[in-house]
Amino acid sequence: MKTFAWLIPILPALAALANGLFGRRYINEWAGHVASAAMLLSLLLAFICTMIALPQGGDFVPVDHDYYTWLGAGTLSIPFGIYIDQLSVVMMMVVSLVSSIIFIYAIGYMRSDPGYVRFFTYMPLFTFFMLLLVMGNSLPLLFVGWEGVGLCSYLLIGYYYDRDYAADAGKKAFIVNRIGDFGFLLGMLLLFWFTGALKFSDLFESAPSSFVYAGVPITMITLLLFFGATGKSAQIPLYVWLPDAMAGPTPVSALIHAATMVTAGVYMVARLNLLYSMAPATLFLVGVIGGLTALYAASIALVQRDAKKILAYSTISQLGYMFLACGTGAYIAAIFHLMTHAFFKACLFLGAGSVLHAFHRTTDVDVFEAGGLRKVMPFTRWTFLISTIAIAGIPPLAGFFSKDEILWKAFSGGHLFLWGLGIAAAFCTALYIFRLYNLLFSGEFRGTGEQRMHLHESPALMWVPLAILAFFSICAGWLNMPLFGYHGFHNFLHPVTAQGHHLAEHAIHPPILASEHLLEWLLAIGSVLVALAGIAFARLLYVWEPTLASRMEESFQSAFTILYHKYHIDEVYDLIVVQNYMRCCRAAQWFDDRVIIAGLNGLANSANRAADTVRKIQTGTVTHYALATLVGMVFLVVWLFLCY
Amino acid sequence: MLLTLITFIPLIGAALLLCVPRSMEGAHKWFAFGVSLVPLILCIPLMIVFPYGEPGFHCAALVSWIPSFGIDYRIGIDGISFVLIILTTILTTISIAASFESIKEKEKEFYFFLLLLETGMLGTFIALDMFLFFVFWELMLVPMYFIIGVWGHGERIYASIKFFLYTAFGSALMLLVIFYLYFEAANQLGASPSFHFENFVALTLDPGIQKWLFVGFVLAFLIKMPLFPFHTWLPYAHTEAPTAGSVLLAGILLKSGVYGFLRFCIPIFPQAVIAFSPVLMTLAIIGVIYGAMVAMVQRDVKRLVAYSSVSHMGMLLAGILAWNLQGIEGGIIQMVNHGLSTGALFLIVGMIYDRRHTREVSEFGGLSKVMPVYATFFMIFMLSSIGLPGLNGFVGEFLILLGLMGHSIFWTILAATGVILGAAYMLWLYQRMMFGEVKVEANRELKDLNRREFHILLPIAIFCFLIGVFPYPLQKTLEPAAKQIVEYIQPHLTAEPWLASIPLPNENTSPSINNESNHE
Repeated sequence: MKTFAWLIPILPALAALANGLFGRRYINEWAGHVASAAMLLSLLLAFICTMIALPQGGDFVPVDHDYYTWLGAGTLSIPFGIYIDQLSVVMMMVVSLVSSIIFIYAIGYMRSDPGYVRFFTYMPLFTFFMLLLVMGNSLPLLFVGWEGVGLCSYLLIGYYYDRDYAADAGKKAFIVNRIGDFGFLLGMLLLFWFTGALKFSDLFESAPSSFVYAGVPITMITLLLFFGATGKSAQIPLYVWLPDAMAGPTPVSALIHAATMVTAGVYMVARLNLLYSMAPATLFLVGVIGGLTALYAASIALVQRDAKKILAYSTISQLGYMFLACGTGAYIAAIFHLMTHAFFKACLFLGAGSVLHAFHRTTDVDVFEAGGLRKVMPFTRWTFLISTIAIAGIPPLAGFFSKDEILWKAFSGGHLFLWGLGIAAAFCTALYIFRLYNLLFSGEFRGTGEQRMHLHESPALMWVPLAILAFFSICAGWLNMPLFGYHGFHNFLHPVTAQGHHLAEHAIHPPILASEHLLEWLLAIGSVLVALAGIAFARLLYVWEPTLASRMEESFQSAFTILYHKYHIDEVYDLIVVQNYMRCCRAAQWFDDRVIIAGLNGLANSANRAADTVRKIQTGTVTHYALATLVGMVFLVVWLFLCY
Repeated sequence: MLLTLITFIPLIGAALLLCVPRSMEGAHKWFAFGVSLVPLILCIPLMIVFPYGEPGFHCAALVSWIPSFGIDYRIGIDGISFVLIILTTILTTISIAASFESIKEKEKEFYFFLLLLETGMLGTFIALDMFLFFVFWELMLVPMYFIIGVWGHGERIYASIKFFLYTAFGSALMLLVIFYLYFEAANQLGASPSFHFENFVALTLDPGIQKWLFVGFVLAFLIKMPLFPFHTWLPYAHTEAPTAGSVLLAGILLKSGVYGFLRFCIPIFPQAVIAFSPVLMTLAIIGVIYGAMVAMVQRDVKRLVAYSSVSHMGMLLAGILAWNLQGIEGGIIQMVNHGLSTGALFLIVGMIYDRRHTREVSEFGGLSKVMPVYATFFMIFMLSSIGLPGLNGFVGEFLILLGLMGHSIFWTILAATGVILGAAYMLWLYQRMMFGEVKVEANRELKDLNRREFHILLPIAIFCFLIGVFPYPLQKTLEPAAKQIVEYIQPHLTAEPWLASIPLPNENTSPSINNESNHE
């Protein structure tokens, strides 16, 4: 496997290089094909890896191979190498599969865009970094991918750079991520000084003996690393960049800001589950942050008007679920949800993109100006509906299985508070996502007549990828079903978390409800009912009784306003952090000008003045000099006289 | 011999340049360019003969110069000087090429001074005799003074005098200390006195006196680095200097301060260095944050880059002051990285200045559309400057912070904020200059990079990628020299690394922290 696995990330990198260097001159409209071909090849290789690993299941021995030494100083040695275990295999598959589908979609979607070549330079570059992130065999290498995907995200959010809001959004994303990376970096450095290792295999070996269970160092390190994850995976308090990131083209939002990059934080926590298992305090915080984010973001999504913004908050909310799962120690459930989410959220975004395409808009569409699209866009409608049901959590679609597993793990682990947050968020999810669906596809078209004339179904190049994603939105959840051997997905990934579980076991009180099958069924039915209630409510508000929505909005004016303005968090951050920082900067500038420079100039000037004063002694008049000589002589004589 | 050739060919070239008649317009720049290529090419045999991975000084030569005072022409290089020599030859050639169209007056004198400066810079890095070092050190000063004062912009006279006074003040004190050490060496070691720096290292100095000597000696280097609060000459000198001046100032002259600190201060005054290292560390970290903050609110692009230098140099010094291999190696690598990326940023600014004759950020905006190739290069160097992994800046920054973490978590946290603040001012600058709509009419017709400019930036970009992806050979080159510095300082370290105080769960099964943190 090591002989070809390095090609998986390198192929997209080569495509990026080719498009970047020769795109404008030679490749032009073929840039999309170059990128897609590279991506499909890399998908094929990833598939081969999966086919090698899958039959061996839990017995698959991770491939850990160093290609060359990247960095080394003293005891520090960081190779450039790959680490392929069950977790990497899953991530590689998800990343390369979703990327391939979205690349193909983007060939159609971006066709007429003047920046076509640039788009297909950045996109494969992103995939390169993302694959590096999931395949790298050391924490610094993961960090290279981590920052690299952040760069591509910056470039692609600011893709329409001549629009100020896009440039602003890109910068915001980069800087907020950098704030998170600051924590990541510190955590990583501390980890090195405590364990002497940064390679995963060494780390897993030495960590148990380097840290005290629940000690301060391990808690601090995991907290710092998690702070990095809140940046990249858009959790409270660093989620603010993701909604703005929708200023990028829709395939970007689908690939980077929904399916892959933003899940990097979840991957990182799952990868380092050994460390997290040793820090129960951090895990508690991870769970709480995840749960709160899930509900918080879902509540904002309830009232937004821009289709992509709704989906962005939905992504934040779903990522919250994944962290909630991590927090309860159910890392595999988190990865499971990561996978199913990648499919149905990508499908939702691309569906929204298809709608934008019909509206001839690039980044945003007001859902209240759409409506009734089911007639003109049947393919988009059906695929959108499938993924909508999937995210709402209705069996037998993918979202149900993964979300239900998370909720069950929270409940059975005794985290009733987290479970409550999860259920509440599940209701909101069903509500906002069907609100979106209903406003887009049901009822009658509310836009202008001219818009109506131009409405059209997207070409096959776009709806076929949608159909593929819809297919996975249906089936991906079955991987963990009796059909494929009970908990097949779970068993496959089990070795990844076994060591951590083992470490945590002796300290964690046993789950209060070990394996009550009946209860599991009851809870599942309960969460389905909650989801159905959400759907029905959405149907009621936006289809059956359209006036009810506006009446509710009037009677709960203030709540709606706060939600619509996203709790004013952006403004608060701006006021507290940005404005104050700028004030400090101006103060520093003032200090530099008025204190340091002026002070030193003052010193120079006073030397000048002193010289000026002394200069006056040299009058050039002989009598003055004679007088001075006389005074000096007298002084000398008196002094000598006094001394002897 | 090779080193001597590399160092003095620019001087000979400068002398020959004076013989090229003034009437031959356009010949001077090509002549200077050709001359600067010779040391660059001679670096190839140097790279072949240089014994990588071996400690000590190589390619050494010794010729008696003024025997009655024990002044010798004593030269030799280790990994640090080796790398800096290569950087100098590259950047000088690039600077000359970058001046082809921007220097229109007194071309002959300009290139004369540039070549003279090259000899000064190279000599500084090879000299092992303190007197010889001082001569080269001063030789750097004079040409730069004229380059800023004659070919600069705006307040060039003010800037050049400021530059001269600051650095000359430091040099004067340094010379005094050198003389003191010379006489002390004559006292202690007897025999024939000499300015050989290893004689000075061998001296046993009273700690009290050592401190005073150190202060006098180190000031010259701290000013040149520049360390906060001695940095105020830098924004003026950088801003008013012509592009070539700014590039060499940022790329090499600032490095010579760090180089002097590493080469001479640490071995000669190890105890004093340790005693002052909390003060220096504080100033370095203040510099990191302060430089970044002041850079944030600059309206002049060049001033912004100048203050970013203050921030970066603070980080670099902090790495060295961690006193472990990772930190010192990171610091040295960052010298190269900063030389490349900041040098390149000054070139970038110079190219737009040549077109618009302004450096006000607000005069630009939307340039990405007009000058896509320029925008790409600018992006690469910006990312290199803010330490994006995969580019060179990250390697140095990572090692510095890693080393610093082994030294003190407190300083590491503060230094690491530089990572955020650096991104903030750089991205904002980039956004204001390159993104958005074209607002100023004059920008609409700007020409993208021409072939010459493209080929000036390309090699730097390639180096940025190479060091980012394959830093290990560079590290291997530097390692013996860095180890040497650690060995000088190690016996004098009094404080335990902070990590040693944290208990381990099980002493006998774990890789002992003490082993990990004992800086090799």
